[in-house]
This record gives sequence, C-alpha cells and structure tokens, in this order.
Amino acid sequence: MEELKQISADAEAAINAVSGLADLEQMRVDYLGKKGALTAVLKGLSQLPPDQRPAAGALVNEVKAHLQTLINERKVTLETIALEQKLSAEAVDVTAPGRGQGTGGLHPVSVTIDRIEALFSAMGFASVEGPEIEDDYHNFTALNIPESHPARAMHDTFYVDTTHVLRTHTSPVQVRVMESQEPPLRIICPGRVYRCDSDLTHTPMFHQVEGLLIDEQSSFADLKGLIEVFLQRFFEKDLEVRFRPSYFPFTEPSAEVDIQCVHCSGSGCRVCSQTGWLEVMGCGMVHPAVFEGTQIDAQRFSGFAFGMGVERLAMLRYGVTDLRLFFDNDLRFLAQFR
Amino acid sequence: MKISEQWLRELVPHTLNVNDLSHQLTMAGLEVDAIEPVAGAFENVVVGEIIDAQPHPDADKLRVCKVTVGSGESLQIVCGAPNARVGLKAPVALVGAVLPGDFSIKASKLRGVESEGMLCAEAELGLSESSDGLMELATDAPIGESLRRYLSLEDHSIEIGLTPNRADCLSALGIAREISVLTGVTQSDMPALSVTENSDAAIRVLVTAGSQCPVYAARVVEGLDNTGPTPVWMTERLRRSGIRCKDPLVDVTNYVMLELGQPMHAFDADKVVGAITVRTAGASESMTLLDGKLINLPEGALLITDEEGPIAFAGVMGGQRTAISATTTAVVLESAFFAPHALAGQARKLGMHTDASHRFERGVDFALAERALDRATGLLISLTGGHAGPVSVVRHDDQLPSRDLVKLNARALQRALGVAIESKEVDHILNGLGLDTQATPEGWICSVPSWRFDIAIEADLIEEVARIYGYNKLPVSQIYAALDMPIKPETATPASRIRRYLAARDLREVITYSFIEPKLAEAFGDMASAVVLRNPISEDLSVMRSSLVPGLVAVAHTNSSRQQSRVRIFELGLAFEGTDGYLQTPKVALLIGGRAEPERVGNRSATVDFFDLKGEVEALLRHFGIHEVSYASAEVKGFHPGQTASISVGGAIVGHLGQVHPSVQKALGLSQPVFAAEMNRSVLSCGSVPSFTPVSKYPEVRRDVAVVVDQNLPVATLVECAKDALGALHKEAFVFDVYTGQGVSEGLKSVAIGLTLADQSRTLSESDVSEAMAQVIESLKKTCNAELR
Repeated sequence: MEELKQISADAEAAINAVSGLADLEQMRVDYLGKKGALTAVLKGLSQLPPDQRPAAGALVNEVKAHLQTLINERKVTLETIALEQKLSAEAVDVTAPGRGQGTGGLHPVSVTIDRIEALFSAMGFASVEGPEIEDDYHNFTALNIPESHPARAMHDTFYVDTTHVLRTHTSPVQVRVMESQEPPLRIICPGRVYRCDSDLTHTPMFHQVEGLLIDEQSSFADLKGLIEVFLQRFFEKDLEVRFRPSYFPFTEPSAEVDIQCVHCSGSGCRVCSQTGWLEVMGCGMVHPAVFEGTQIDAQRFSGFAFGMGVERLAMLRYGVTDLRLFFDNDLRFLAQFR
Repeated sequence: MKISEQWLRELVPHTLNVNDLSHQLTMAGLEVDAIEPVAGAFENVVVGEIIDAQPHPDADKLRVCKVTVGSGESLQIVCGAPNARVGLKAPVALVGAVLPGDFSIKASKLRGVESEGMLCAEAELGLSESSDGLMELATDAPIGESLRRYLSLEDHSIEIGLTPNRADCLSALGIAREISVLTGVTQSDMPALSVTENSDAAIRVLVTAGSQCPVYAARVVEGLDNTGPTPVWMTERLRRSGIRCKDPLVDVTNYVMLELGQPMHAFDADKVVGAITVRTAGASESMTLLDGKLINLPEGALLITDEEGPIAFAGVMGGQRTAISATTTAVVLESAFFAPHALAGQARKLGMHTDASHRFERGVDFALAERALDRATGLLISLTGGHAGPVSVVRHDDQLPSRDLVKLNARALQRALGVAIESKEVDHILNGLGLDTQATPEGWICSVPSWRFDIAIEADLIEEVARIYGYNKLPVSQIYAALDMPIKPETATPASRIRRYLAARDLREVITYSFIEPKLAEAFGDMASAVVLRNPISEDLSVMRSSLVPGLVAVAHTNSSRQQSRVRIFELGLAFEGTDGYLQTPKVALLIGGRAEPERVGNRSATVDFFDLKGEVEALLRHFGIHEVSYASAEVKGFHPGQTASISVGGAIVGHLGQVHPSVQKALGLSQPVFAAEMNRSVLSCGSVPSFTPVSKYPEVRRDVAVVVDQNLPVATLVECAKDALGALHKEAFVFDVYTGQGVSEGLKSVAIGLTLADQSRTLSESDVSEAMAQVIESLKKTCNAELR
C-alpha cells in the first residue's frame, strides 16, 4: 500500500505541475488508463489474500476517484487559462476605425424642405410639384400679373421662348391645383425657382415653398395663426412674429412676415441690420382675380397663400452666412448637414 | 422714395419721434428701409465769407484766405479748394469744432502759414458722398450763423421702400396723407395757388393719342432768369430726397414732383417750333435725349413733338433739342397725365428708368396736372421772375382711368379679417385715405380718389381697412378642417425617401443649377434638342440640362480641385428637353469617383470601378422593390463605350450607368475616372406591393456548375438559361467566378454558376437533383454553346 501512496503523491504533484491540456490527458492515461499505474495496482490486488482484497480495492478506488477529480479540476483550470490566452491574443485596438463606407447626407435645402413638409403635412397639407419651365399664363397672368403690370419688373425673368419662362416662383403650381381639384384645398409646393439675378445675396436659382389653403371659412386670422405657429415650430422657439402690409398681385390683403431676429432675439445685430426683425415670408388672402381663372366659386370659398424662401430659412436656422455656399457644393460644407 | 422728416412734419404736425413714425409707416405697409441724419455730426461750424485770398508763398495749390465770420476779427485760413475765391460764402469750421469722424479743428501752421480754422466742403460735413470744392452757400446766407441752424440740419431722410401699387406715396403729399390717417393729426393746408396770368404767350397743343394721354396741360412762362440760385430751403429738400440741384427751372419741376407727385417737364420755349402734338411714334423714329443718347423709338411709343419732330419721350425724358439751359428765358412747362398702360415697360425696353417713368408707369393722380402746373408756375416766378401765360389744356376725360364705386360688405369684412371693426373706425380710415363713403344696410359704398390706382374691388378696401387698423391688432385663430386620411400608395416613393436611402449609402446630396455650360451640355447631350435660355445670366449658365450627370461631373471637378478626391454624390431634379413642347423629366443621378471606401486601416484601397456603381444602382432598385431589371451594353454620349450599360425595367429603358468617357473626363480637367448613373425617378415608384409565397419546408440543395463559353457572351445569358432549365426548382442562380487565362483557350472564359434548388412539396432526391443539373448543362450547351469545364 506504500506503493499506492507513492503513486497518489506522485500523481498529485504531476497534475498540479502540468501546464498543457495534452500533457494532462497523457497523465490521465498514465495513471488511470487501461495500462495506467493505478490499473496495474488494481490488477495486482488478485495477489492479495482474499480478506484484504475488499479494503485494498476500496482504497485503490478511492485514490482513483481522487485523482480523477484532481484531473478534472486541473482540466477546468487549464481550459480557463487557455481561453484567457486565446482571448488575450485576439484583442483588437478598439480605437481603430470601423471598416466599410462612410456616411452621406442631405443637402441643407432638402433638410429644410423636409422639415417644412413634415410640419405642414401634420396639418393636412399635401405636397405638390409642378413644371419648372412654365407658360407665362400660369407664372404671371393667372396670378393677376398681366403683361404690362409693373410687378413683372419685380421678377427678373428667364425666358426660354416668348411665352415660356423658368418659373419665378412656385405659385403657378397653386394655379394648376386650383384648376384641377375641388376645394377644400390644403397644399404646399416646394421647388426650384429662377430669377435673372446674381450677386452676394442672390443666386439665379433658389428654392421656395408656397402654400395654399382654400376652404369655406378661412380668414386672415387663420393665416396669421398658421404662419405664427409654423415659424415657432420651425425655429423651435417662441419667437415673436409680426405681419406688415405689403403687395403681391395674387393676394389681397397681402402681408410680409417678420420674425424676431433669431440671432439677437430682437435686440438688434448685424444679421437683422439692427432692426431686431427678419423678413422671412410673404402671404395674403387669395386675390379674387386668381379665383376667376379657375372653376372655384369665390363667393363660397376663400383662401390664403403664403410663400417662403428655403435658403433664407436654412441660413437662419443653421447659421449659414453666405447664400452662394448652397450651390457651390463643396463637400466640406455639405458634410456639416445630415 | 426718400424724404425729409421735417418736411413731413410740416405737412402733418404730429408729435412722434422719427423712430416711432417710421415704425408706424412700416406697419402700415410703407416699409422704412433707412433713417439717416441729413448731415454728419458736427458743431461750431458757421457761415463765413472769404474777403481776401492770396497765393500761399510756399505752395502752388494753397491759398491764404481772410474769412469773416461776423464777430471780431477776420480769420486767416489756408485752403486748397479750387473754388476758394473772394466773395464766396462757405461753411467755416472754427477752432475747437469737431467734424464727422471725430475730426477736431485746431489752430495750426500749413507750410509755415498760420491757419485758424477750416473752410469746408459738403463731404467734410457729411452732406454728400463726395465734393470737388468748398460748399458754396447762397449769397444771402447770414454771416456768423450756425450752419446747422441755417440749413435746418436737425433732420432725417426717411427712405421708404414702396411696393409698386403705392404710387400715390411717391410724394410728400401722399406720405403726409398716410401719416395723417395713422396718427389722427389733420394735414396742414398746402400753399395757396394763385398765378397771375400776365402774358399772352401761349402754346398750341394737339393730342392725337388721347387714350395714352388723357390730360395734357402746358403753359409758357417768359422773361425769366434761370441763372440765379435756388433758395436753400428748396435745394435742401431736394438733397434730402437724393435729387441733385441744377438750376431754378429744373429744381422747381423736381420739387413739384416731390411735393405733389406730378412729374413735369420744361422745354425751352424759344426752341419749340410751332404747336405741340402728343402722338405715338411711327416706324423707325429716333431722337436725341437730354442725356445726349440717340434712341430708336419703339413703334407706338408716346411722343411729345413740335413741328420739327419729337421733343420728348413722353413721361420718360425730354429731348436735347429743346433742353433748357442757364440762358433760357422762356419755357413751356408741361404737366400731363400719361396713362400707365401707355408707359408700362416703354422705358425698360430701352434700358431706361427715370423718376418720371417710375411714377407714370405706376399711376400719377390724374386730377393733379393743372394744380401742379400752377404750383410750379408760382414757384418759378418767385425764383426767376417772368410772366405766366394762359394754360393750354387738352383733356380726353372719357379716357381717364375709371373710378367705379366699390362696395364693402360689413359681413365680408368681418369674415375676411376674423374680427368686427366698428363702422365709425372704418369710416375714419377710408375717409382719411380720401375715399368718400356712403353707408348702406350691408356696409359701405365707396368712391375711390384719383390718386389710388390699386382700389377696384372689395378685397382692396378690406386691405385698406386692415392695414390702417393694424395687421398686428387683427386676431389670430387656428384653422379647422375635417380630418381626412390621405391616400398613400405603398409603391409611391417620395423624393425624400430616395434621398434618405442614398444618404445612408454614403452618398452626399448636391444641388446644382438647372442651367449649365454649353460645353458640358454638348459633352453629354444633343444640342439640337437642348433648351437654351434667351437671356441667360452668363454664357456658362445658358443651357437647360438634359441630364443631371454634367452637373455632377462639375461638382466632382470642383471638389477634386479642393483636394476632395473621394466623391460620392447624388442629385434629384428635372432634366429638360425641347422636344414635344418642353419635356421635363424628374431624374435621379449618382456619381462616384476616387477610393471605393474611405482611406482607413482595413478598408479596400482600390478606386471605384463600374461594378461599384452598378452595385449602388442594383441596391437602389432592389430597395424600392423594382425587380424586373436588366442591363445591356449601351452607347451613351459622354460615356465610355466599353463600360456603359442601359438599365431596363420591364423591358423599357429607364436610365444608364457607366464610366464617364475618358476623353470627356480629360477635357473637363478631372484627374481620375468617375462613374455616373442616371435614371427616371418615376421608375422608383413602379415596384409592386409584395405578395407572399410560402417558404419551402423542404431542404434546399446547392450545386455549382462551371462552363467555358465565348468571352463575349454576357454572363446574364448563362444565368437566365440555367434558371429556365431549372424551371420550378430554381431558387437562386448567380455567377460567383469568371476566369480567363491559363487553362482556358484564347477567346473563351470560364464561368462558375451557383444554383440553389428546392421543391415546395417534397425533399429533392439525389436523382431529382442530378436530372435537373443534367438539364441545366444540356441547355447551357445548346443555347450558349457552353462546354462543361
């Protein structure tokens, strides 16, 4: 039995010292395998007197079980170490950049139009598009701007032939909708417009969103309410809004809309030319002459229209200081928008 | 319209300060653009007279002047102005004066000569932008008087940006009328008009163009002296309105125009030959205008003529032949009503714009002509002396603008504005604006004054009431409407979705001008069908794009010249063609160039090629549910002939993609290849609503087949052939390898196709699969001349 003790002690020491899983397995075979040391001892039991055999057998089995447990425990330990080593070897520099494509984005004008559309859409305004080469009837005449009207001088118009122009505003889309649809109407018309003008504060192409509401009961008060809320929601600010009488041939009464300067909150700065106010849009009640050319009964229905320059709103919203940047398409400028 | 605040206050003695007045005007629709002091900030500047002027001993251009400023000894002032002469009255900045720009005047020596103060030019006092000598004061200017007091300089010029409908406010009188109704302060009486006609000299007037010229009044004033100075009160008012003073005759006509709004003209009576005839121009008439320009008159233009031809382009500018000068002693003063329709656009056609044309085009008070003529005559005689003759007037009253009565319904007013305004207030507003009102059971009947050209219908009256009442006092309400759920087709793809999708694919949206350079348009399109602007802003923005690609190429160029070489951009917009009227097609286009992936560790370092672009196009179409897509080699102008494909959906070509032609790329100065695709936007809305097919419960089987075919055979043909051969068993088929080179004969290529087979109702047996594959191989051999590899 001394021999058994020796084997057990040797095995214990060896198991604790082994550092590889393969070595450990070899050790299991050496001690516990069919040809292993303990198996040999077990086999040698038959040499013992029969009365000693059970006790000896029990002892061998005890040692065997003990060694098996040790091996199992050692195996778990070695496996854990091996896993840790593997994981450690697989560690990456998480600060290195991700693989694949970068990110694109929308032009700030589109972002602004999206935003305007979303706000008006929630109020039941549908978005409508129209042609950019427009006949002079829809661009001017139907909007109460006859041939000799001095207001035509206000529009520096691009002509493609004697009767077709690049639309100078998106209002002709309203006319087209009034010609083809029954009231009540609630639409907005975003899009490109063109004026023959180019300097620091004018580009020959820019964007407008025009809106139109026609219903049985619609008043200047409704117009004021809608515009005021729109501007406050757009700028996410409870800013003051004021309405000033103005003139557009296609609305009567007409108004210009000013907001409290978003830069200085009305105290006067360079952005608002020290006035505290920024002119942001025009609006008014639809002129009866505009109804005349359509099938809409002006006795029964009334309505209002409004129009805003998208770039102007985008500049104020995002702090862009130069209008021309919008069409320069420098990727470093565009990358500042989502 | 620029006008003196003082002048307005004299016409309506209100008590508002200039800022409050401007605010009220702005809020009534007369937008004040600027308020400027009429002089710079200065003090201790008085009227002086030069009583002696000697050359400076050491400087050719300087003079040593003795200047009297009234009290005490005269001052010695060294001056370099060319007009420094004995007898001249000019502003003197005394020692201790501070001029605009914080410029202090001290006693000093100029080239060794003592100088006690400074003689001033207008610009030095902030009275004008520039000046070329000392300011010359009137000979009766009181010596020693403070210049500020003498010229009444505690005043502002108010600049009003008038909308084109408010021609009635192009005068002091018109603005005064507005101020009066806004403030409730009554207007002062205008100066009484009494002209003693003490001459027989008269001009005969004929008007053959009565509809264009319904009123023409003229009077001869003779025996006048046009050399004298214009009094300072008048020159100052003119200056504060931005009008240059010339001589008494011109100043008076300008003054009356500013005061009353009636443009006038003065002809030298000695140069007018015979009677005046107002007529329209015939073909190819010409005349030389006051400014010396010879113009070809548009046929039908309204003319003032004498027996020798045109003497004025009516309502725009007078002619040189009858122009007045300092030596003029007799004039024909003209005061007329030219109809807006007759003048509209006439001046603009010739690139002209004058104070007179500006007013006549918009509408001048047609009841004003004779009153203005008397006012001008009175002022003129007081300035220049002379004798007034009788007025010759030709009227075509039936041709005057109509002024129909306009009804204002009280209920309509309330409905439009959302508030009931008291009828007393409505009366006050309308009467104050010069409209006579008559109460009716429904509201009012109003007569419109001759100076208002913008009131013809009820809505116009509503605006007048609202404007004076105050837009900001009007109530605010919320719109109410029936809730109506919109129709939203599932397959319709709004532009914003396309944009968002492309942005998520690392593409950046750009917006380029719809008009492009002819060179670019030519490179990518057919100039024969191009839409060309008649009046482009410049040659390089003159052709309407027939494709979005040229614009994208230009953006790529701009950015690569700014070291942004990796370009991935897209644009949505219309493309234009001049066929079938004007074809305006919504398009979506993308362009990529430079590295396929951003330069980062671990990223592909390759630059993009055709298949990077095609991957984008395929993904875009697939994303919006467009499945029946095929690509075929195509030739497109501006594109690489070997790397360009048409995109077809359901058999119809909807766009193309490919490499921009290397020679185009080079010509445009692009250093690297770029790849561009363009398709009709409508195609992205032509997908179908998904329709479910059950997912097979039975296992799928994958088999590969490699064949050798002619190198020019499109792989798509092989895939289609394999698909057809599999029939109902086909799940998926794709090319996963194409190989040429060693082991494959010249002119051939090896193509490996992966096939996935499955059956909806059973597990495929080995023999099912073998049979199907045999069919595929057979079919590839037959249709594509393929050899199994």
